[in-house]
Amino acid sequence: MHFLQQAINGLGLGAIYALIALGYTMVYGVLRFINFAHSDVLMLGAFTGLYAAPRIQKLCGAESVTGAILVFIVAAAVCALIGMTIERLAYRPLRNRPKLTVLITAIGVSLLIEFTGQNEKVFGSAPQAFPKLLSEKSIQMGSLLISSNDLITIVVTIVLLVAMWFIVQKTRMGTAMRAVSFNQQAAALMGVPVDRVISFTFGLGSALAAIAGILYAMKAPSIEPLMGVQPGLRAFVAAVLGGIGNLPGAVLGGVLLGLLETFAGGNEYLSTYRDAIAFGILILILLFKPAGLLGRATIEKV
Amino acid sequence: MKFSTRLLIASSAFAAAFSLTHCKSGGGDTIKIGEFASLTGKEATFGTSSHEGTLLAIEELNAAGGVLGKKLELLTEDDQTKAGEPANAVNKLISKDGVVAILGEVASSRSLEAAPICQQNKIPMISPASTNPSVTKVGDHIFRVCFTDTFQGAALANFASGTLKAKKVAILTDVKSDYSKGLAKNFKEKFTAGGGQIGSELDFNGGDKDFKGQLTSIKDNAPDAIFLPGYYNDVALICIQAKQLGITAPIFGGDGWESESLLTIGKDAMNGNYFSTHCAVDQGTPEMAKFVEAYKKRFNGKTPDAMAVLGYDSALVLADAMKRSGTTESAALRKAVAETKDFAGASGKITLNEDRDALKALVFIKIENGAFKYTATVNP
Repeated sequence: MHFLQQAINGLGLGAIYALIALGYTMVYGVLRFINFAHSDVLMLGAFTGLYAAPRIQKLCGAESVTGAILVFIVAAAVCALIGMTIERLAYRPLRNRPKLTVLITAIGVSLLIEFTGQNEKVFGSAPQAFPKLLSEKSIQMGSLLISSNDLITIVVTIVLLVAMWFIVQKTRMGTAMRAVSFNQQAAALMGVPVDRVISFTFGLGSALAAIAGILYAMKAPSIEPLMGVQPGLRAFVAAVLGGIGNLPGAVLGGVLLGLLETFAGGNEYLSTYRDAIAFGILILILLFKPAGLLGRATIEKV
Repeated sequence: MKFSTRLLIASSAFAAAFSLTHCKSGGGDTIKIGEFASLTGKEATFGTSSHEGTLLAIEELNAAGGVLGKKLELLTEDDQTKAGEPANAVNKLISKDGVVAILGEVASSRSLEAAPICQQNKIPMISPASTNPSVTKVGDHIFRVCFTDTFQGAALANFASGTLKAKKVAILTDVKSDYSKGLAKNFKEKFTAGGGQIGSELDFNGGDKDFKGQLTSIKDNAPDAIFLPGYYNDVALICIQAKQLGITAPIFGGDGWESESLLTIGKDAMNGNYFSTHCAVDQGTPEMAKFVEAYKKRFNGKTPDAMAVLGYDSALVLADAMKRSGTTESAALRKAVAETKDFAGASGKITLNEDRDALKALVFIKIENGAFKYTATVNP
């Protein structure tokens, strides 16, 4: 039972990593660069939730399901806009420059958002309490106890994963995304609106980050401007672990990392080395499978 | 963001009581006192509270005519709750501003970072609330106006076996914090010496957001109580997740829990848990009542916490030493601080022992219906 309980805990954590990792991997698939500001979009999503929740709850009642869904939608919309703005202002002008230039810019954007957020006139650096979106219940199954929070996180992740697969595989925009990922110039010559496709990718990834941010804030309801750094780093690692550019790989990597961390954290002798163990295993996997678990050299990326 | 205030205090109350010309004593005629505190960041309420207490003390002293015929000037540096910043702050205060003494910090890890610098420069440093025993062991210039974790650990061990009737206790330690590690060690020694059993010992990193791995393991071990020597922000999250996992054993900790944020973040998950701290604002001594009234008046009706009380006391102990030595010269001042005896502070009587630590009583607080409730006092 102990094992199953830990597995559920790990899934609850891993699902959040998976959502964030999807954003990293999608942008990498299309543009071949790591958007380091992604973890800060997650933080902005949580703060959007913080400010939107009291207003929405005034309309829909406290801890109502409609209210919670509205908070998710508002945060996702705001962050999609932010993501597209970042791409338009910071990355698009550098599209034809060396990849390293864009990478450094991404780090710059990330620091800019973090330190602007820490200003006392913006969010301030002290942690703030995140409001309760839904009342918490625990579901008892034998000696297993599943908290409603974990269940919501896992369900939301599965739904979004299916939605992502549908968008990428079955829609026109998805086909265009895959085309841009395959060969940007050729896609442009075939009449694919490359700028719009890239903008859409950023919007989609940022919306996922916003949702992950709110799920993370529901799990640990104390949010601050640097809250994205830790899960962001882990999700980046998860994306690499699964094979960067590969959507199911990102989810697999996220879940795996969540499980590893939880099992290491729950072991009396290993809890001190929780991160070291999770990342150590990651190094081992990458030594034997450098392209990641599901990464296959360059066959299909997005 | 670098937050630094330069406070030359001539409060309005003072201006009303004395003539304006009296106020305008030149910049060179002040005694500079340095303070470093975590005004922003993860443990912002620690620094904000201790700073407000210190500020109130300095303002009151100045309104009463200052010390040694001079006004006190408080120079405050924010260390942003970040490792590395206390050293920068204290170096600046000593070498650039030329302060005669340093007040700070609440967290032991950050006091331990600043202490060697003060010791090296022979500048007396008084920590309001760092309880790790090693802080004052850095050298003879480092003092504190609070008890140490040797005492707190023993008191908590007695509390666990006496009040909570716990035979088996689990410990969850923050491996990033000297305070947490020190308190866990002191608790464990006393608790096991008294016949208690330690069920499981697990670690977390301060700033982590997911503790369910550790908590599930603790739950499986079925302890009678869980000892959590951490800081309020992590503690609140841990209590929330413990509740989600159906853990019903009481969780208890030390003075690191002392913050209003514990309740705003932890909400109903905090009920039924306990912590020990330096003093309670409703403990009923006249010095405390006077302080609470002055604090509320100065800070818009805000109720002070223990860190504010100790911030206030740290400044008063320093001023008292200046008055007794009649100088701000380093060696004489250090000696005078060390000789502090039966000083009536807001938190209680302060006597510094040969280890430069204060021997003081400790109080236990229970969290009930989303509020702190004073339950008992333990004398050293």
